[in-house]
Amino acid sequence: MLKKLVIVLSLVMLETFAFAGNDKNSIQMKGSDTMVNLCQSWAEKYMEKDPQAFIAVTGGGSGTGLSSLISGTCDIAASSRNIKDKEIALAKQKGINPYEIKVALDGLAVVVHPQNAVSKLTVDQLAGIFTGKISNWKEVGGKDQKIVILSREVNSGTHVYFKEHVLRKNDPEGREEFAPQALLLSSSQAIADEVAGNPGAIGYYGMGYISDKQKAIAVAGKEGAEYVSPTIDNVLSGKYPISRPLFFYTNGEPQGLVKKFIDYDLSKEGQDIVIKTDFVPVKK
Amino acid sequence: MRKIKEFFVEKLILICGLASIFFVVLIFLFLSKEGLAVFRSVRPLDFLLGRNWYPISEPAQLGILPLICGSLLVTLGAAIISIPIGVACAVYISEVAPLKIKEVLKAGIELLAAIPSVVLGFIGMVTLVPWVKSIFHIPTGLTALSGSIMLAFMAMPTIVSVAEDALYSVPKTYKEGAFALGATHWQTIWRVMLPAASSGIVAAVMLGIGRVIGETMAVMMITGNAAVIPHSILVPVRTLTATIAAEMGEAVVGSEHYFALFAIGIVLFIISFIINVTADLFLHNRR
Repeated sequence: MLKKLVIVLSLVMLETFAFAGNDKNSIQMKGSDTMVNLCQSWAEKYMEKDPQAFIAVTGGGSGTGLSSLISGTCDIAASSRNIKDKEIALAKQKGINPYEIKVALDGLAVVVHPQNAVSKLTVDQLAGIFTGKISNWKEVGGKDQKIVILSREVNSGTHVYFKEHVLRKNDPEGREEFAPQALLLSSSQAIADEVAGNPGAIGYYGMGYISDKQKAIAVAGKEGAEYVSPTIDNVLSGKYPISRPLFFYTNGEPQGLVKKFIDYDLSKEGQDIVIKTDFVPVKK
Repeated sequence: MRKIKEFFVEKLILICGLASIFFVVLIFLFLSKEGLAVFRSVRPLDFLLGRNWYPISEPAQLGILPLICGSLLVTLGAAIISIPIGVACAVYISEVAPLKIKEVLKAGIELLAAIPSVVLGFIGMVTLVPWVKSIFHIPTGLTALSGSIMLAFMAMPTIVSVAEDALYSVPKTYKEGAFALGATHWQTIWRVMLPAASSGIVAAVMLGIGRVIGETMAVMMITGNAAVIPHSILVPVRTLTATIAAEMGEAVVGSEHYFALFAIGIVLFIISFIINVTADLFLHNRR
């Protein structure tokens, strides 16, 4: 235990030194787990065009990305949520000035096992399920089976977004929380795997992760409204109720290589990559 | 000249010897400095006995009782599985097995100790978890039991090698005496060897438990991480270690959440300290 701690501490120190020697030809990018595939594709394509450039992409969660932007260990923080006031204040203290760029949109898919009889839910029902008020599938039209709630860990922007926009329905005074019995899994892939193997499970993640091993639920904004599936068209038209912007945060307005890279991401070619990785472009 | 050389070498070794203690003290001081700050906003009793862990809400609810229970339950389960098997394995290796099998077994156990925990966790996630789910007909296989079984694999090598060592160091005369009195092989093991090596075996068990309670990666992958107080071993739990590992990246340095994670570190430090000291006491007792 102690030995491990010492090793971890020394690794952290090493890493800090490694980042200190930051040359102009490389970008460190960190953050949202949802966006990691997208960022990786952007980086790869960009590096093909500009062989001088080196772009390193790491996941870890939006919070992780933002806190490393604040501590100066990355150039771009990818985030699937807006930066919090607290984080801005902390950044200012450390002389960092977060600058926000919207780079893509994402629909949050709610997924269940393909054999589950339930295929559409309202946002209210979703809130009921994830807060634990609804605990059996038969209450929402399924068979008599216990609901297993799957959620991302608290360092995930998706977790925070889902809590604020589904559980608390955009009410900043809301006090709703994920049910304590919710399983907190550490990646979107872990949720996809668990849903694929568990007929009682329900989970959520960016629509890029949907495959035929899971079934995406059609969601209605409120009782009586139309049930909408998470597709690119529905997110772009704003019909799908749980969709969100994806951001890059930089320290001050982007310059040099960072600016070139972000310009590329927002270009026609960059936005085509967005579609290819199953996200939604900012503009069509 | 030789004297000077001798002097320097001696001092150098002394410094190396003291280094580990120095590091322990530094780590403890750092943990305390960061961790105790949480008690400015939460009372220690509310922290230790609070039932809700919602660290990023406003206001944050920082109660680690479910996490402590989760850690203890997983550890207890792992102990119940690994102690009988581990001790029996040690008895077989040191008392019963022929020389060839003995060598193979010892090598195998060392190999088991060498498997990285993340690999064990991964294997557990794809094989053990679906199994547990279908055998017990429970909604999910990500449970304390899955964690316990996987951790038992990790504790076993420690238990076997230390217990085997303890059995080996029981004086030969004890065994010869027992045989001379007409005891069977089993009677000798049960009535003579095990009691004679008991303090060493207890130390082996404590060291194994120490390994289990500090384990992080495998538990995080297969116990489900739900922060509820478990009422059986077939429900998901969240352990102290998994909480630190999963949330450290998010916690803003200097926030209440950050301090709370360090305070969890202190709790873990104290638990493993107690376990190690107990193991040490038993080991010294033996000598």
